Amino acid sequence: MTEEYEHVTDDIEAIVQDYNLPESLQHRIYETIEDREGVTLEQADDIAQAISSRYEDSRVDAHDPVGTVSAQSIGEPGTQMTMNTFHYAGVAEIDVTQGLPRLIELVDARKTPDTPMMTVHLEDEYAENRERAHEVVWQMEATKILALGDISTNVADMIVQVDLNEDTLAERWPTVDSVDTVAQEIAETIEDALGVNTRRSETLIEFGPDEPSYRRLLQLVEELRDIVFKGLEDISRVVIRKEDNERTEGEEFVLYTEGSAFGDVLSIEGVDASRTTSNNIHEVYRNLGVEAAREAIINETMETLREQGLDDVNVRHLMLVADIMTNRGEIESIGRHGISGSKDSVLARAAFEVTVNHLLDAAVHGEEDDLDGVIENVIVGKPVAIGTGDVDLRMGSIEADGGTEAELSDD
Amino acid sequence: MSMQTPKEIGAIQFGLMDPETYRDMSATKIITADTYDDDGYPIDMGLMDPRLGVIDPGLECRTCGSHSGSCNGHFGHIELAAPVIHVGFTKLIRRLLRSTCRECGRLSLTADEQEEFTDALQRNEELGEDWTDVLKSGVRQARKASRCPHCGAPQHDIKHEKPTTYYEVQDVLAGDYSERIASAMQPDPDEDDSGMSPAELAEKSGLDVSRVNDILSGEFRPVGDDRKKIEKALDVDLTEEDMNKLMPSDIRDWFEDIPDEDIETLGIDPSRSRPEWMILTVLPVPPVTARPSITLDNGQRSEDDLTHKLVDIIRINQRFMENREAGAPQLIIEDLWELLQYHVTTFIDNEISGTPPARHRSGRPLKTLSQRLKGKEGRFRGSLSGKRVNFSARTVISPDPTLSLNEVGVPERVAQEMTQTMNVSERNLDRAKQYVRNGPEGHPGANYVKRPDGRRLKVTEKNCEELAEKIDAGWEVNRHLIDGDIVIFNRQPSLHRMSIMAHEVVVMPYKTFRLNTVVCPPYNADFDGDEMNMHALQTEESRAEARVLMRVQEQLLSPRFGENIIGAIQDHISGTYLLTNGNPEFTETQALDLLRATSIDTLPEPAGEDETGQPYWTGRQLFSELLPDDLNLEFTSSAGDEVVIEDGQLLSGTIDEDAVGAFGGEVVDTLAKLHSKTRARVFVNEVASLAMRAIMHFGFSIGIDDESIPGEANAQVDEAIQNAYDRVQELIEIYEAGELESLPGRTVDETLEMKIMQQLGKARDSAGEIAEDHFRDDNPAVVMARSGARGSMLNLTQMAGCVGQQAVRGERINRGYEGRTLSHYQKDDLSAEAHGFVENSYRGGLTPREFFFHAMGGREGLVDTAVRTSKSGYLQRRLINALSELEAQYDGTVRDTSGTVVQFEFGEDGTSPVKVSSSEENPIDVENVADRILDAEFSSDEEKERFLGREERPTNISEYAGPGLDKAQGMGVESDD
Repeated sequence: MTEEYEHVTDDIEAIVQDYNLPESLQHRIYETIEDREGVTLEQADDIAQAISSRYEDSRVDAHDPVGTVSAQSIGEPGTQMTMNTFHYAGVAEIDVTQGLPRLIELVDARKTPDTPMMTVHLEDEYAENRERAHEVVWQMEATKILALGDISTNVADMIVQVDLNEDTLAERWPTVDSVDTVAQEIAETIEDALGVNTRRSETLIEFGPDEPSYRRLLQLVEELRDIVFKGLEDISRVVIRKEDNERTEGEEFVLYTEGSAFGDVLSIEGVDASRTTSNNIHEVYRNLGVEAAREAIINETMETLREQGLDDVNVRHLMLVADIMTNRGEIESIGRHGISGSKDSVLARAAFEVTVNHLLDAAVHGEEDDLDGVIENVIVGKPVAIGTGDVDLRMGSIEADGGTEAELSDD
Repeated sequence: MSMQTPKEIGAIQFGLMDPETYRDMSATKIITADTYDDDGYPIDMGLMDPRLGVIDPGLECRTCGSHSGSCNGHFGHIELAAPVIHVGFTKLIRRLLRSTCRECGRLSLTADEQEEFTDALQRNEELGEDWTDVLKSGVRQARKASRCPHCGAPQHDIKHEKPTTYYEVQDVLAGDYSERIASAMQPDPDEDDSGMSPAELAEKSGLDVSRVNDILSGEFRPVGDDRKKIEKALDVDLTEEDMNKLMPSDIRDWFEDIPDEDIETLGIDPSRSRPEWMILTVLPVPPVTARPSITLDNGQRSEDDLTHKLVDIIRINQRFMENREAGAPQLIIEDLWELLQYHVTTFIDNEISGTPPARHRSGRPLKTLSQRLKGKEGRFRGSLSGKRVNFSARTVISPDPTLSLNEVGVPERVAQEMTQTMNVSERNLDRAKQYVRNGPEGHPGANYVKRPDGRRLKVTEKNCEELAEKIDAGWEVNRHLIDGDIVIFNRQPSLHRMSIMAHEVVVMPYKTFRLNTVVCPPYNADFDGDEMNMHALQTEESRAEARVLMRVQEQLLSPRFGENIIGAIQDHISGTYLLTNGNPEFTETQALDLLRATSIDTLPEPAGEDETGQPYWTGRQLFSELLPDDLNLEFTSSAGDEVVIEDGQLLSGTIDEDAVGAFGGEVVDTLAKLHSKTRARVFVNEVASLAMRAIMHFGFSIGIDDESIPGEANAQVDEAIQNAYDRVQELIEIYEAGELESLPGRTVDETLEMKIMQQLGKARDSAGEIAEDHFRDDNPAVVMARSGARGSMLNLTQMAGCVGQQAVRGERINRGYEGRTLSHYQKDDLSAEAHGFVENSYRGGLTPREFFFHAMGGREGLVDTAVRTSKSGYLQRRLINALSELEAQYDGTVRDTSGTVVQFEFGEDGTSPVKVSSSEENPIDVENVADRILDAEFSSDEEKERFLGREERPTNISEYAGPGLDKAQGMGVESDD
C-alpha cells in the first residue's frame, strides 16, 4: 500500500497503523508526510498522535441521542420554511412542490408526490446533439391528438375528422421516413382504442359511431383526446435545457419532465440511467432498490432545504432520517402508519396517536410492554435509557474484590 | 412507618379481565344510583361508597384505612342484569362471529390451513412485523366456509349493524315461491321466450312431474336440493334474507365454545384474554378518586361525568331487573337491553359514530373513559408524557448586558420560593445555620429543615432562630437559591436542544428574569413581553449533568449546522463594525473607556502618535485585545473585505456578522472549536461589552430623515418607474394585438404576467440602486444592512425608493371584482397600478389604493405563518417520535433501544455534527497539524503534550469556580487555555 509513497517507510506505516484511524485519514497522513520529505519516526508518531486525538474528539460520543438531535435539526428549520408551494428555480417552465409541503410529503413517504418530475440525463451524442435529444423527448412525452392536428366534428354526417399536421408528424416520428406510415399507424391506434372503423386519405382521418348518435359522437371525441399515440402516458411535458456537465466540463442537454415514469424512462435508448432521477422515491425504490431510495430521500430533502436557503443543515441528520425510513428494507413513513405505529411498545404507540385502539388491541393480543424505549419510561417515571441514563455504575464491595477492612480504615 | 425499598416497574402486561376477577377485586357491589344522603354522607353501596376510597380530607378509607392522598381508591362493581357488548371490541367480535362455527365454536379452517396461518402469524411476530394482514386473510379464508369443517353445521353470514348489533343472515325460501316459479315459466314475448311447461321444468330440473305440480300449487315447499334444482332450471332466485338478531348473551355463549387453540390463530392470547370477556356481565366501577365530586361555592355538589354515566347505568340496570321479574313483554325487555347497551357504550366511549353522544344537562357531551385518554390534553399526552412539576418558575424576561451569557438574573421572590436541599455536615454547618436564621423571608434563607429522623419542619419567622440552634450534621436544610446555583432555563416552543439550557443563578431585585442578549438566538427570544420558565434542580446528579452538559457555554455550537449559534447580535455587530471599519483612532482615555467593561486592564503599545504628539490606539488594535495570542484566521467579511487575523492581532478587515455574529461567526466558531468553550464564552461576553462601549462612543441612532433621498434622486426614481410603466404598456399592446410569443410550456396570459412582473421587478431594483447611490456610507441604516446587524438593502430601498409589486400567491394581485381588482379601475385593465404595483416608498407614503394592495400582500404573509406553525409543529412531533429511540453506541453504531442497528457509523463517518460544520469537507486539517509538529515551535513540553491531545485542558465548571475564573478574583482567562 505504501508503495505509492516514496518517503513513507514501513516503520512509519506501522506507527500510523497503530492508531485506530479510518483509512481516508491514514492516507491523508501519508500524503502529508510524503510532501514534506524526511519526517522522522518520532515526528510521524507525533503527527499520528495529534491527528488521532483530533479524530477521536470529532466523533460522536457514545450514548449521544443522535435521533432526537437529528429530528430537531430537521424540524426546527421547518418553522422557517414557506408554505408557498410552487416555482422551481432551476427550470422556470416546470412547477414543483416546494418548501414545507414537500418536506412533509417526503417524510410521509407518499405513494405519488404532488408534482412528480424527473431529471433525465442523456448519453453520448444524445446529450450533445439537440436533434438526438429530441428523439428521446418524443419517446417520453405523451403525444395526444391535439398536438398532432385539428379535430372537427361533422354533426350532419356524424363524423369526426382529424386533420393531421404533416410537419408535426415528421418531427415527432423522426425515425420513420414516410408520413403516410405514421398516419396509418395513428389511424390504427384510433381503431384499437375506440373500436371504430376509420377511413384515411393522406393525413385526413375520418371515423364516426356505428349508429348515428350525437352522444356517442361527443363521447368519441372525448376519448380521442385521451389517447396516447406516442410516449409515456405519465409524462405530460418534457423541457430540454442546456447545462454544464460536471464530468466532461462541457455542455450537455438535460431533460426535465412533468410527470414521472422512472422505470420506463430508464430503458429508453440514449438515457443515461446512472444519472437520471425521479422525485418519486417509491419509483426509485421499485426500480433501483432501497439503497437508491435512501439516497433519493437524502437528495430530495437536501434539495428542498436548499431551495429555502436552509442548506446549512448537516447532511448527517438527513441520512439518519433516510436510514430509519428504509431500515426494514422498504420505505416506511414517519408517523402513525409507519415507524411510530410499528413500535414494540404499547405505551409508546398509545402516547402518539389513536390511543384507545392501541390499548384495546394490546389487551386482546396479550401484549407485554418491556419498557425499553424513551416514551414508555417517561410515562412510568423511570430513567430513560438514553444519554446519561444509559450509564450504569456497578459498585463492587471491597470484600468481594479480595480487599480487607484494614485497607478501608487506612484512607 | 417502615421504609420500603423503592420498586421499579419491570414490564406492563395487557389483557382482558375475567368477570370473576372484577368481582374479586371489587371493594363493594354498587346497587343504588344515589350518591349522598340528606345529611351529605355517602350512601352505602352507592356510587360514592366510602369503601371505594376517600376524596374528602379527614375521612378514612373503609377498605384500606388510609386518608385521602395516600389511598389510591378501590374498584367497585355493578352486576349487569344482562350481558352487553364492549364497544371497543365490536370489530373483533364481528371477526370472531364470522370465522367460527355457530354450533361447535371451532374455527372454520381445516387443520392444515390453521397451521399455515398460525405459522405465518408467529413468523411475523418474530420479525416484528405487522400481523394484521395475516389475521385478516385468515378470517377471510374462514368466512368462506359454508359448512364447519369440524362438525359440518351450515354457517351463515353475519351482518354487523354499527355499533353493537349483530344479525345472522340466512337464506330461506321466500313466502311467494310458487308465484315466482309460475311467473318465470310464463312465456316472455319480448325476449323470444316460449315459456316452459311443468313437464319441461320437471325434465330440466330432474324432479318428478307430480312434485313439480305440488310445488306450483304451493303444497310442497322446495327446500335444499330441490330449491337449487328449480332455481338452476329457471334461473330465478327463490330465497329471501332472514335476519336473526344475535343477543349479547347468545354471542357470549357462542364464544365460550371457542377452544383456546383456535383463538391463537386469530391473534388472541388465550392466557390473557378469552373472547367471551369482551361481552360484559359485570361492570367495574372506578374508584371515587378517579371521579372526584367538587363542592361548588353555594355548597352544591357537582359530580364527575363518569359518575353521571354510572348513575344512568345503575338506573337502567335496576329497571331492567324489575321489569324482567315482573314478567314484562319481550319487546320492553329488548328496549331496556338496548338502552343498557347504549349507556355502557357511552360510558366507555362517547364519540362513537352513529350513536348520539350522552350529554350533560347543559348540552355539553360527557367526557367518558375514552375521552379521558385521547388527544393532546388526554391522560397519555397530557398527564403521562408531559407532567407538571414543582420547583419551577415563570416570568417575563428582560435584557441585562452586564451578566455573563452563562448566567440568569433571578428575582429575589423566585429565589426565595425555589429551594435547594443542603445536606448539613460539619463543614457547612455554619452556613446552614445562617440560612435557617435568616428565615423564609430574608434572602439567602431557608424554607424547610428535615431532622435526621425524617421529620420535616417548616421554617417560619417565629421559629427560625430557635431552629437554627438545633441544626446539626445529618440534618437537611432547604435553602434559597443563591448566586452560582445551577438552574434550567427554557423558552417555548422548545424546537431544538438549545431551547433548554442551564444557567448559573444571579439573584437580583425586581420581578423579571434577566439574560444576556447574546443568548436570544438559541432561545429565539426577544423582550417584547416574552416569558420564560426556570426549573431548580433537586438532585446532585442532575445538577452535575446540567453543569457539564447543559450550560450555555456547552451549547455554543448548534448540532444543526455545526457552527456557533451564540454570538454578537444587532447593536453588538453595529458596534464592532464601527470600531473596526476604517480603523478609527482613539486617545488613551477613549481606548481605556472602550475596554472598561472587559477584563483587559492594560493597553497595548500605542499604534502611533498624532500631530500633537499624543499616542493613539486603533479600533482593530483594541478589538485584538480580546483575541487569544495564538489565533490565526483569514476570511471574507459580510461587508466584503478580507479579514486577516495573525497571532491574535486583527491586521485588516472589518469585524461584522461573519466574524462575531450568531449563526456561524468565524471567530467565535474557531475559538469554540480550537480553543475552548470557556475561551469562546469569555470572548463573546467581552465582544458584547466592547461593542456596546464602541457604539456608545460613536453614537448611533436612526430616524425618518435617514431614509430620505435628495430631490434629483427622487426624480430619477420616478423616471425609472415611468420607463417600466412604458415597457409594461408596450407588452400589453403586443399582447392585445395577439402577437405575444408564449414561453415554452406557458400560455400567452401566463407569459404576459411573467414578463410584466419581470419589468416591474427591475423597476424596483433600479429604484433601489438609485436610492443606494444617494446614501452615505455612515448612514446608520446602511451600516446595519452592510454589517448584517439588522435589516437589508431591500428594506432600505422600500423605505427610500419604491415599495414594489405586491403579490398574492406569487402572482400580481388579480382578485377582487369581476375583471378588476378595485372599482377604481376599468375592467380588464392590465396596467401595473391596477394590479398592485406600489410606486411610492414607505417614507413617501402610499396612496389609499396602494395601501389596500399592500394590506392584501401583508395578509397573505400572516396567514402563511399561522398555517405553517401548526404544520411544522406536527412534523416535528412525528420526527421526534420516530427518531427519539436512536442512540449512538460505544462501537459507533446507531441503534434503537431494542438494539436494532440503524446505522453502522453515524452519518457514514461517525463524526459528530456538533463538531463538524456541514460546509467543511475535511474536519481535520492534517497539513496544518503536520507543519506545526515539524516546525516544533512549542514553548514547553506541556504545550506540546496538549497539542498532541495527550493532556486535557482543565475544565471550567462555573463562572465562580474553576481554573482562574473565580468572579471575585477577576477574569484570569489565560490560564484556562
